[in-house]
Amino acid sequence: MNETKKIIEYSQIDSDRMRINVGPQHPSTHGVFRAEVEIDGEIVTELVPHIGYLHRCFEKHCEKRNFHQIVPYTDRLDYVSSMNNEWPYIMAVEKLAGIEVSEKVEILRVICAELNRIANHELCVATFGLDCGAFTPFLWLFRDREFALAILEKLSGGRLLYNYFAVGGMQKDIYPELKKDIKAFVKRVRETVVEVNNVLTYNKIFVNRTANVGILPKDVALSYACSGPVARASGIDYDLRKNEPYSVYNRFDFKTSVIREGEERHGCVGDSWNRNWVRVLEMEESCKILEQAIEILPEEGDVTAGIPKKVKVPKGEVYAHAESPKGEMGYYVVSNGKDIPERCRCRSASFVNLACLPDIVRGTMFADMIVILASIDIVLGDVDR
Amino acid sequence: MTTKEIFDTMKQYLGNDVIEVVTPDAGDEYIVVNAEKILDVAQFCRDFDEFAFDYLTLLSGIDCGETLGVVYHLFSTKNHNKVVLKAFVPRENPTLHTVERIWRAADWHERETYDMFGIVFQEHHNLIRILCPYDWEGYPLRKDYVAPTEYHGMPV
Repeated sequence: MNETKKIIEYSQIDSDRMRINVGPQHPSTHGVFRAEVEIDGEIVTELVPHIGYLHRCFEKHCEKRNFHQIVPYTDRLDYVSSMNNEWPYIMAVEKLAGIEVSEKVEILRVICAELNRIANHELCVATFGLDCGAFTPFLWLFRDREFALAILEKLSGGRLLYNYFAVGGMQKDIYPELKKDIKAFVKRVRETVVEVNNVLTYNKIFVNRTANVGILPKDVALSYACSGPVARASGIDYDLRKNEPYSVYNRFDFKTSVIREGEERHGCVGDSWNRNWVRVLEMEESCKILEQAIEILPEEGDVTAGIPKKVKVPKGEVYAHAESPKGEMGYYVVSNGKDIPERCRCRSASFVNLACLPDIVRGTMFADMIVILASIDIVLGDVDR
Repeated sequence: MTTKEIFDTMKQYLGNDVIEVVTPDAGDEYIVVNAEKILDVAQFCRDFDEFAFDYLTLLSGIDCGETLGVVYHLFSTKNHNKVVLKAFVPRENPTLHTVERIWRAADWHERETYDMFGIVFQEHHNLIRILCPYDWEGYPLRKDYVAPTEYHGMPV
């Protein structure tokens, strides 16, 4: 009797809930994201995200620039995978203007996008490890990422912001040692992935820290329109490269990295470990695509030949999307027949994926919030635009 | 399913709330729907088995001069159908029912559309600005917007 009474009294003790700010200047928020967190002891009861600190009026700027001038602006959205930002914009304009590009341009675009995808995933896995306390894999992956950026720099002239894609072609032709560089890079990535898996991904401490943390169920992911690794880790078999093959992706042999019920190696479908695991798997798939792409990349042909001086666009509107490393990146471009778009709306993957954060964080430990945020892989340039 | 087939099916069930199919000179076709009945249209699009539009890819605002518009890009992960819906609202007093209870992805998109165009989504649970500061004045993406010269004493 006494014992029962004790339990009841204990459960009635209501500790004061506390509201604390995480960010906007905090290394674990990966930029200028501010989360207003209400905690009950160590448990998160509510999270209110505040974004917009890096808002640079992308859509407003687009209404003042012509179709060629917008490309450098798209670079600055998700600044760690700029090639993947440029591509859907270029696709939208080419679709509107009815411009066809040569095979060499298409394959070169695939190469750029996949190199950038590997660079992005390396950064994401590295910082995810860092947020869980693993420092060494961070250094290995950043070392390797530098090789991807070096190839892209040799191609385009820029290390992070490329301005390489152009409506109707590419800004520069390939350089002679490209194939050799990519072969060496792919070999290096494969070696590092094995090392990182041994040190980080299968590490018991890391698994305990991330498995079964921040579970995003499939129906919730679908309702929030999550895409990319976040959706695929929740069991949504949806990859634009496979399901709606754009460009020349239907010519490559690769798998969609999706975590299905019963096939998970650690944790469960939709948790933080599996989101990271999808990215590790995707690096290997990107390596496969790169290997096949350099085999069929023609040496001859001028990639700059098809770029028009002035893009002539009829009245109309189009939505074009591509699979960026973070998910579905799309542009909704409305044209009124002039050389300046009437409206250029950007669907950034980070913005949409981040919206589910308050729901999956509720009820978890406060320290896990950082892990969950890192596993969604946001870039604030992409969220705030 | 093509946009025309989707339009015919919608017309059969929803009647005059579905207005017309527009085919522009280039790009995608879209269906114009009655803005006052957007909640019914959205519910039908998601729950009707032949459509099953369970994925709201994008919700955007657009300034068409005399009116403002809201554009819904829908996708079905089951049937791989796509459709674009447009609803026009008057420039003065632009109100529309929210669809955040149909697709939760609409929550932040609607906040952004409110932020940029001042379109008010009725019964939205938390319709506040998202990208601009909370006390920002005016709706930046409207064509008649004049950018302020200063904000809290700071030059813009």
